[in-house]
Amino acid sequence: MNALSVQGLTKTYRNGVQALKGIDLAVEEGDFFALLGPNGAGKTTLIGIVTSLVRKTGGEASIFGYDIDRQLEQAKSCIGVVPQEINFNMFETPLTIVVNQAGFYGIPRAIARQRAEKYLKQLQLWEKRNHTSRGLSGGMKRRLMIARALMHEPRLLILDEPTAGVDIEIRRSMWDFLRGINQRGTTIILTTHYLEEAETLCRNIAIIDGGRIIERDRMSNLLRRLHSETFVLSLSQPLTAAPALEGYSVKLIDETTLEVEVSKQENLNDLFARLSALGIEVHSLRNKVNRLEEIFMRLVERGAAA
Amino acid sequence: MSTMVEHSAAPPQSMAQIRRVGFQTIVIREFHRIVRIWSQTILPSGVTATLYFLIFGAVIGSRLGPMNGISYMTYIAPGLIMQAVILNSYNNVVSSFFGAKFGKHIEELLVSPLPSWIIVSGYVAGGLLRGAMVGLLVSIVTLFFTHLPVTHPVIVVAAAAMTSMTFALGGFLNAMFAKNFDQISVIPNFVLTPLIYLGGVFYSIAQLPAWAQHLSLVDPILYMVNAFRFGFLGVSDVPVVVAFTIMVIAILTLFSTAVLMLDRSSGIRE
Repeated sequence: MNALSVQGLTKTYRNGVQALKGIDLAVEEGDFFALLGPNGAGKTTLIGIVTSLVRKTGGEASIFGYDIDRQLEQAKSCIGVVPQEINFNMFETPLTIVVNQAGFYGIPRAIARQRAEKYLKQLQLWEKRNHTSRGLSGGMKRRLMIARALMHEPRLLILDEPTAGVDIEIRRSMWDFLRGINQRGTTIILTTHYLEEAETLCRNIAIIDGGRIIERDRMSNLLRRLHSETFVLSLSQPLTAAPALEGYSVKLIDETTLEVEVSKQENLNDLFARLSALGIEVHSLRNKVNRLEEIFMRLVERGAAA
Repeated sequence: MSTMVEHSAAPPQSMAQIRRVGFQTIVIREFHRIVRIWSQTILPSGVTATLYFLIFGAVIGSRLGPMNGISYMTYIAPGLIMQAVILNSYNNVVSSFFGAKFGKHIEELLVSPLPSWIIVSGYVAGGLLRGAMVGLLVSIVTLFFTHLPVTHPVIVVAAAAMTSMTFALGGFLNAMFAKNFDQISVIPNFVLTPLIYLGGVFYSIAQLPAWAQHLSLVDPILYMVNAFRFGFLGVSDVPVVVAFTIMVIAILTLFSTAVLMLDRSSGIRE
């Protein structure tokens, strides 16, 4: 069964902006799905329609088979949503916020308190449960929104940039947490600007741009389509000019940094052998950009050119 | 961060349970809000009522004769209680709902499976709760200044509850329309307060010239105050049946409009 199924979804705002131009998308139950796109591409509008915060102009959408036009209450009871913007009452405590949220989904208060303890502890917020939420750090506020979205144990969790502005340590622990939830059966749809995050977590991906899906594939298939990668090499000795390496595009960034584009047909052993032959010693190496970022930029640029 | 997330084996909630627990949750949340900011929600009405009784009842009222055969202090008491009920029921809903809209936490309810009529009912119950709490406080203050008989207790409770619901619904609609904080203070200041003062809180309309009496009859608050006063003192300037009919019509009309507006999400959803 599909967790989310969308056909011909369109949205035109009152100011005439056409945010969605006929979206078709299916997300299978149990998937960890990335929905990527540049700012203003239509991601948040799509999520808004699915969660009923935005009214669609046309098309159909269903959650686990529940049509959002005819069975909205059932559809909404399956979804947990972590929005992009902080949207809880800053004057309430984390405990109150999550217990009340459970209540809005029909969870009796006694069960809600047990779940609140479980999720606030798992998201390292239990110590802050009785503090005013306004005083929480940015990362804690993000985690509180995740805890809140999980209180009714939804079958589909939608995360709209859940780690925006969160430091790398907390972000990685949130990745582990989300992986755990997904492994236990919750379907997750993730939008993020951290493409490393999508590449690390998600099995399937859709890229949306200009209100249209421009790519929909398995993450592994998409990454395989990358024909070349650019590596940044840190050199032990300074150079005055970029070495001539036939078959490679080489740029000298500064006297000890080389940028080399390596195509799929070539390999790094050959590159290092040729650099050694020229007496150039490589101290360290890294990807210039994340692989998914490379593909993403190419697809979006191609879309813009078209 | 622990990854031990175990989904409970609890059965999914029925729609009836979601609605029942959801409604209770909104009411509990509103109650906590009223209590948390009691110095803004409860206390001012007690202070204002004390001042009214001191100035209009004791100082000025002592120079006035009885009204409809009842001492002036006792005559204005039901109106002052009703004034507090009206303003607090209205203000509770308008500030709570607009605050949720402004702070975006209204989205917590909008993404939930609760239907619009439950959301409206929950907020109205919150207004009713604050109206009852403040009405009780002002009634206690009243007893320090005058004896207040209760002639028809059922009418007292029904008139207070229905008036409170009417104005709680009015507050909800105001909050739906409002785009900024100025717009939630315009109606209480420039519509409700004049209507209350002209609605027979401080006098019987029988004392007005004929044209003013006719004009007063278009003020809906006149009917509510008089129905409430009838419950306490057994006197009214208008037929009580007409007063209750007006309240029923007002509640049904305002409730339908509020649910319809929330369904269409005017001013909330895009």
